[in-house]
Amino acid sequence: MSTTHARAGVRRTVIRTLCVLVGMVGFTLALIPLYDVFCEITGLNGKTANSAQVVSAGEVDESREVRVQLVTRTGTGLSWQLQALDPVITVHPGEISQAMFRFSNRGDITSSGKAVPSITPSAGAEHFRKMECFCFQQQSLMAGETLELPLVFQIAPDLPEHIETLTLAYSLYPGDEDETVALGGAYD
Amino acid sequence: MSRLTWAALGAASQPFLAATVQASSINTSSGWNMPAGVTEISREVFGLHMTIFWICVAIAVVVFGVMFYSLIAYRKSKGASAAHFHENTAVEILWTAVPMVILVLMAVPATATLKKMYDTSQADIDILVTGYQWRWGYEYLENDVEFFSNLATPREQIHGSQAKGDNYLVEVDEAMVVPTGQKIRLLLTANDVIHSWWVPDLAVKKDAIPGFVNETWFEVDEPGVYRGQCAELCGSGHAMMPIEVRAVTPEDYAVWLDSKRDAAAAEAAGAGREWSMDELMERGEATYTTYCAACHQPDGKGVPPAFPALAGEGISVDPDALEDHKKIVLHGKSGTAMAAFGENLSPSEIAAVITYERNAWGNDSGERVQPAEIQSMLESE
Amino acid sequence: MASDTSQATVQVSTSAVAQGDGAHDSHGPTGILRWVVTTNHKEIGSLYLLFSLAMLFVGGSMALVIRTELFQPGLQFIQPEFFNQMTTMHGLIMVFGAIMPAFVGLANWMIPMQIGAPDMALPRLNNFSFWLLPVAFGILLSTLFMEGGGPNFGWTFYAPLSTTYAPPSTSFFIMSIHLAGISSILGAINIIATIFNLRTPGMRLMDMSLFVWTWLITAFLLIAVMPVLAGVVTMMLMDINFGTSFFNAAGGGDPVLFQHLFWFFGHPEVYIMILPAFGIVSLIVPTFARKRLFGYASMVYATAAIALLSFLVWAHHMFTVGIPLVGELFFMYSTMLIAVPTGVKIFNWIATLFRGSISFEVPMLFALGFIVMFTIGGLSGVMLAIVPADFQYHDTYFVVAHFHYVLVPGALFAIMAAAYYWMPKWTGYYASETLGKWHFWLSVIGVNLTFFPMHFSGLAGMPRRIPDYALQFADFNMLSSIGGFLFGFSQLIFVWVLIKAIRGSGEKAHAHAWEGADGLEWTVPSPAPLHTFDTPPPFDPLTESPSRH
Repeated sequence: MSTTHARAGVRRTVIRTLCVLVGMVGFTLALIPLYDVFCEITGLNGKTANSAQVVSAGEVDESREVRVQLVTRTGTGLSWQLQALDPVITVHPGEISQAMFRFSNRGDITSSGKAVPSITPSAGAEHFRKMECFCFQQQSLMAGETLELPLVFQIAPDLPEHIETLTLAYSLYPGDEDETVALGGAYD
Repeated sequence: MSRLTWAALGAASQPFLAATVQASSINTSSGWNMPAGVTEISREVFGLHMTIFWICVAIAVVVFGVMFYSLIAYRKSKGASAAHFHENTAVEILWTAVPMVILVLMAVPATATLKKMYDTSQADIDILVTGYQWRWGYEYLENDVEFFSNLATPREQIHGSQAKGDNYLVEVDEAMVVPTGQKIRLLLTANDVIHSWWVPDLAVKKDAIPGFVNETWFEVDEPGVYRGQCAELCGSGHAMMPIEVRAVTPEDYAVWLDSKRDAAAAEAAGAGREWSMDELMERGEATYTTYCAACHQPDGKGVPPAFPALAGEGISVDPDALEDHKKIVLHGKSGTAMAAFGENLSPSEIAAVITYERNAWGNDSGERVQPAEIQSMLESE
Repeated sequence: MASDTSQATVQVSTSAVAQGDGAHDSHGPTGILRWVVTTNHKEIGSLYLLFSLAMLFVGGSMALVIRTELFQPGLQFIQPEFFNQMTTMHGLIMVFGAIMPAFVGLANWMIPMQIGAPDMALPRLNNFSFWLLPVAFGILLSTLFMEGGGPNFGWTFYAPLSTTYAPPSTSFFIMSIHLAGISSILGAINIIATIFNLRTPGMRLMDMSLFVWTWLITAFLLIAVMPVLAGVVTMMLMDINFGTSFFNAAGGGDPVLFQHLFWFFGHPEVYIMILPAFGIVSLIVPTFARKRLFGYASMVYATAAIALLSFLVWAHHMFTVGIPLVGELFFMYSTMLIAVPTGVKIFNWIATLFRGSISFEVPMLFALGFIVMFTIGGLSGVMLAIVPADFQYHDTYFVVAHFHYVLVPGALFAIMAAAYYWMPKWTGYYASETLGKWHFWLSVIGVNLTFFPMHFSGLAGMPRRIPDYALQFADFNMLSSIGGFLFGFSQLIFVWVLIKAIRGSGEKAHAHAWEGADGLEWTVPSPAPLHTFDTPPPFDPLTESPSRH
């Protein structure tokens, strides 16, 4: 084995290995959007879509009732309260329903907040379709202001049989100040 | 026991409840093995654990048996000379196939049990469990009952100046109470970092993740006290957020729910009257120790800049900041780690803790905040 | 290393170096600086090994701080905040500073000598890879003295504890992880290039020693997963400093994404720490059983199978995060499947022992200790794979017991076995048998006294990473602490053994130091001269290959 031969081989191997390395870096970067897509399709983690969805076609299944439980909580760092006006509603799969939520700013400055949804059991997440939701963008409330906002949703008729209760939890977090300017007044 | 007894106990019902259920408490842990637990699922999990354990022991006996036999029988010092074989296809196929079969045999019952553990349908009671640094919050969704559950072990026991009690680090001021024979569905989430709710006797361990909600369930057959701990590293107080589940008969559970409501009513009544400085300071110190000292420190010096000092400086010594002080305790402070306590603590506790903060550690402002003031602030909103 | 150094100066002037980089040596500086700029694989190997030994004692001291606090219930010596820094730093230092660099050191020393190469393929890169490590760990250790203390979120650094709630020093922690990661990647590229291109003529891949094979597969694992680790810490850095929300639910991110990414790196990482150990044991067992390794080909395939499966099992570290049922089942089955190739390895070693002619020199003792205790760790691993039972085991001392069994009497014992096995080749002198046996037996007692009771405290309900515990765990913790101190101080015997061998006291070694040993490294003198195989050695696969018929 001549030295020059070996050196050419080393160069070739290093280049190939670097290609694998670059591929893995690319793969890592791709994992982030892939994860979101994967979660949205499979409902992994109980994530739901973050933009309005179209109504799922199909008959309203009058014979079946699903309990939709609405849970709210406010994260640290926001002097707001969030409340579902009806914490439990019963719906038929396929039917379009509305739930109202009350946001109130108990602080003494204008601030913005964003409600982050999560659904359990996660297998139900992909069947929970939102036509309109305050969670698609953040809200801004003046000191002492109270606002009632709707969630319009449908439980897709193909919801797995074993799911009888779907819990939708909203965690309210401080909004991003810059984004508020852009989106402010969405519900005014 | 009569309903009257319970009602009379009011807010102080917990120690009494402890006494009654501890008599029937079942300790299923032998101290060195997994507890068989007190639910159908926990016993299945225990059975599964013991089955796999004995299979592993059997494998170990065979593997180590052959190994130690070889080590003893084929010693060079005993004149053993080495054979020359170095492969045998039949043997190699055999010891690939046999473990496969054993694994399939283990996987079948494991799959069946797991399916049951994932079936949260048809629950009788839903409880929202929220992990905080470093306490648990329980909200009974159908019953409008909501409270924090804090470590009850005194600091003196932790630091060794007092003898440690039997339930050292696994006792709380207010336990989760559930009825026996009913399916309890837990919804889990967290306020700050990831926590994990674990009670070995119930075979329930599920992560509480901020911004996300998880679910799990259990159904206890026997009344008793079942203890557990947070299982996911959540910061410096990770060892200090235990879990206590008290399973009581459905009748006692109904009584407990009433007592919680009575206690709330008693608190509300307390909010209506005038409190003396001593009363406020006493209640305030207790509340401060439980809810505030982890961040602002027992001596009020805080850990600036994250947790500002309250002793001798800042909001609690500024006479003009009293209204701000109340608002921050009630509703939290945007953009900081300060949580809102308005929903979880009573007006009396909030008034007392603000009074305490303005008068303890030499702050001595002499200002008193009455529960009624807090009450009216909450009502005007 | 004193004898090595003096010899080196003689050797350097006379040897012709196959590659231009090596010529650097002959005009290079002397003394300490020579070690700083060395491009010689043996010197760099020694640097790696000495560095990892130093880190073993640093990380070990932290373990003893932990065990001291846990000796009794109550908070006696340190505060929870510092306790968390100790558990975190102990894990990081042992994984990235002790075990991994030790294997890289062994690879540097032995791979060129086992494949008949004059040096590593990229000697200057090799020097750079090493020197990144002291910088990385210097930064990591310095965080302990920064405001807010060092990393305190566990070696798995789960977000948001490691992002939103982390101490200010976290950016330095991330930097040190990046440097250690780059070091590993460069080391892996070098090893792959060396193995693929510098084998002596006639040596096919299936003629390589299993140590070379396992390292080749390990190097590919490193290339595949280190970028994922780099990616995940970069995302943390951005969340902390640039306002992104990859892992922050409040901003629309997902803390569970962190765990998926971390364990996609983390599980192959576990095998990175054990595959070279398999290679070492596969050399030592045949040597002292005086019988060829049973099932060479199946060993290679089993190693490759374990490496491939390691990419499909990551979520078994996160069974309690709320993965859907189908996901839990998939990861349970795939995890159980790993037991099959791992079992094949253990059975092959035992079949090698069967009808051998066995002697019990110190390297063999450590290798046998490895087989027994790694198997115990493997069996508890099978238990952990069973999801319903894992709900009870997860994040308890049962897990701590499991991974310490595979990493301490597993990986670390294999490294010790390798050190005793090759010490005659490195220093020219056998390690002291008497001291070595003391080291072995005290280590065995210490390690089992430390980690066996942890199975019980975990099953009885003790969570991991707690500075204080309920009273029912007190007895087991006291035993673990006693064992920890015994094990820790026993390692000082090894330092003594090493110093004795380097100083040249003890029995002088022949070129072929062990009667039953196979491999090209035993054809060069002991101690190995600074430059070996400047011309490729002859190799006849028919008589020398470990896969020969």
